[in-house]
This record gives sequence, C-alpha cells and structure tokens, in this order.
Amino acid sequence: MEEEAAQAAEGGLSFEPLEVFNLRPLFGHGEVHWYTITNATLWMAIAVLAIFALFVIGTARRSVVPSRSQSIAELIHDFTYKMVEDVAGHEGVKYFPYILTLFLFILFVNVLGLIPTSFAPTSHVAVTAVMALAVFITVTVIGFVKNGAAFLGLFWVKESPLILRPIIAVIEVISYFVRPVSHSIRLAGNVMAGHAVMQVFAAFAAIALIAPLSILAIAAIYGLEVLVAAIQAYVFTILTCVYLKDALHPGH
Amino acid sequence: MEEDQTAPDAGPALVANEAHGETTTATHAAEEEAGGMPQLNPDFFGNLIFWLIVTLVAIFLILTRVALPRIGATLATRRGTIGSDLAAAETLRTQARDAQAAYDKALADARAEASRIGAQARAEIQAQLDAELAQADARIDAKAAQSAQALRQIEAEAAGSVEAVARDAARAIVEALGGHPDPAAVDAAVARTVRG
Repeated sequence: MEEEAAQAAEGGLSFEPLEVFNLRPLFGHGEVHWYTITNATLWMAIAVLAIFALFVIGTARRSVVPSRSQSIAELIHDFTYKMVEDVAGHEGVKYFPYILTLFLFILFVNVLGLIPTSFAPTSHVAVTAVMALAVFITVTVIGFVKNGAAFLGLFWVKESPLILRPIIAVIEVISYFVRPVSHSIRLAGNVMAGHAVMQVFAAFAAIALIAPLSILAIAAIYGLEVLVAAIQAYVFTILTCVYLKDALHPGH
Repeated sequence: MEEDQTAPDAGPALVANEAHGETTTATHAAEEEAGGMPQLNPDFFGNLIFWLIVTLVAIFLILTRVALPRIGATLATRRGTIGSDLAAAETLRTQARDAQAAYDKALADARAEASRIGAQARAEIQAQLDAELAQADARIDAKAAQSAQALRQIEAEAAGSVEAVARDAARAIVEALGGHPDPAAVDAAVARTVRG
C-alpha cells in the first residue's frame, strides 16, 4: 500500500488529482451512506435543474418562431430523435424518451462537471456501469421479447461459411457480453482522465517556473474536455441506439 | 480545498523530492493518501447508484410529462403553420397571376379600342377634309372661270379700243400727209393690219 502510493505519487503531487473524485457529505462530516446527500447528489440535482430550465422553462412559450433557449431544446430534441430514427429505425422511436434521458443526463453532468470545484458523477464507473447495464439488460430483454429465439441469430452468422460459424458464434457471444464493460468504462475513463490531467497541470501551476506553461496547458486541455464531454455523451447514446437496433433487427 | 493546502509548499516539495529522493515522496504521499482511487471505493457505490436512479427518474419524468409533449406539439403547430402559410402563399400567387393576366388583357383591349377610335377619327377627319377640299376646289374653279371671262371681256374691249385708236391714228397720219382719207378704206386697212 505504502509502496503503491509512492509509485503513484511520483512527483509528490500527482496523487492529488484523485481527490476531486471523492464523495463528500454535503452537510456535516462522517460516513457516506447510500442516502447521504453528497456533492454527487448536488451536481446531479443541478443537472436536473438545468434540464428543467432548458426543456420546461425554456419551451414554456411554445413559440412558432422559437426563442434562443427553445431552439436549443428543439435542436437537442431533433438531433437525438433523428439519431434514434436513423440508427435504430422506426421501431426504435418508441424508446426515444429513454435514450434522450440518458443523453441529457450524461451531457449535462459532463459539462457541469467541467466547472471548477464541481463534481462529475460520470467519472465514476459505478454510475456509468449502472447505465450501461440498464441498457444491456433492457436491450437483451427487448431482443428476446420481439424476436424470440430468432434473437440468437445475432450470434449465428448465416453469411459466414458453416465451419467458421461456431467460432464466430463464440466471438460474437464474448463481444456481446463485453459491451456493457466497454460502454461504461469508455465514458468514465474519458471523463476521469480529463479531470485528472487538469488537476496534475493545476498542481504544477503552483511552481512559478513552469506556471505559464501549465496554465496554457490547462486552457488547452479544458477546451479539449469540453469537446470530450459532448462527444462522450454522443458516443454513449449512439452505441445505445446501435445495441437497440441489434435487438430490434438481429442478423447482420 | 486540497489545492489550498498544497499550493504554498508545492515548490519546496518538488525541490525536496529532487534532493532527498523517494523517502520524502513516500511520506508526503502517505500523508494525503486515503485509499486509492475513489472510483474503486465500495462505500461510494450505493450512494452514487441511488442518486443516479433518482436523477434519471426525475429527468425521465420531466421529459415525458412536460417537455416532450410540449416540444412535439410546438413542432406540429409549426409544421401546420408553415404548411398553411405555404398554401396561402400559393393561393395569393395564383391570384396575383390571374390579376396580371386580367390587367394584360385590359391593357390589350384598351390599346385596340384606342387604335380603333383613332382610325375612326382619322377617317372622319379625312372625309371632312376631302369634302372641304372639293368645295374649295369648286369655289376656286368658279372664281377662275369668272376671272377668265372678265379677262376675255377686258381683252375684247382692249382690242376694240386698239382698233379705234389705230383708225384715228391712221386718219390723222393720212391727213397730216396731205391726203383725204377715205374712212371706209382706212378702217378696212386698219382692221386688216390689226387682225393680222
């Protein structure tokens, strides 16, 4: 433990980045129970409020010629709707509210997490894994309910030669069960890495000699992270659509 | 919070690391290290998952109860408005085209009418002019005939006068030469000479 810590903290500064991912009770001190209101709770609540502000208050006027906030809400709505329709097909449109919920949650939590001293719940694998597992289980259930045993055709590739089919089936099954893992780790890893890198540079900014360089680097990486925040929300959502498409239309 | 604690001694800490090596780093690390990545701390899982589910349900309810029906209705209204506006524009365009055609037709009619009236007026004027001209010609002819007659009369009178003067002159010349003019012979000679 001692050695590990020493290795991790090579510069004497670098383990500090992980501190920003800690959960802290918002009121008082003490243990974090499942019901404790923590900084994670706070920033998830802010995300809900932001979504409420944009999608409920922003669209309250229902103008035919939309205001700025209304057109942003409509833009996000249309963008996600088109994505679901294009990727998962017309049958997938039924699941659009669920997919939009995931997209908005990840997008808002990612972007709000970029505010200095805030907290990004999507940096926790526990959070992304729950979402990825929910998608995985839902999609698998939909697949069996809609197609019955024919859903297994997803693993039995008819186009390939008969000799190769069992081998491909094994690979397909493995890749199917790896989906939730990659789905969740991709998001959490991206968010965590970005925040950790910025924390490292922030720590170096305390040293006068390299402060300008590290501040420049923070600015650059911050810009990159804004991009990553949106792109990872998009990637998570479009992969959800792809999995949904596999469930609705198995077979390659 | 953590930054505030570390920031002032970060510089010296780095210098110390360079000087003393691993031992300083290890102690420094041990001071702050609580137990590896917070992401792998099982104490946090329950809290995160509970509040995640609460959050997702809240967002889902906001979307399905209020936002999506409202945006759907707004989009439908907009589509309807745009559709009816386009239809109205199409109607107006047809009306404008009809009005243009009617205007063109009216213009052509007016032109034709104008040229017809013009031609008629010209013909009337021409006729009137011809009549006037004929009348004037007739008047001129009458006047010319009258003048010609007067001229002939004057000529005849003048010719008579010339004969009388010539006769008188011839008698006077014969008397002046000492002869006794025979009036009849003189008159005949004069008449013969004058009429040539």
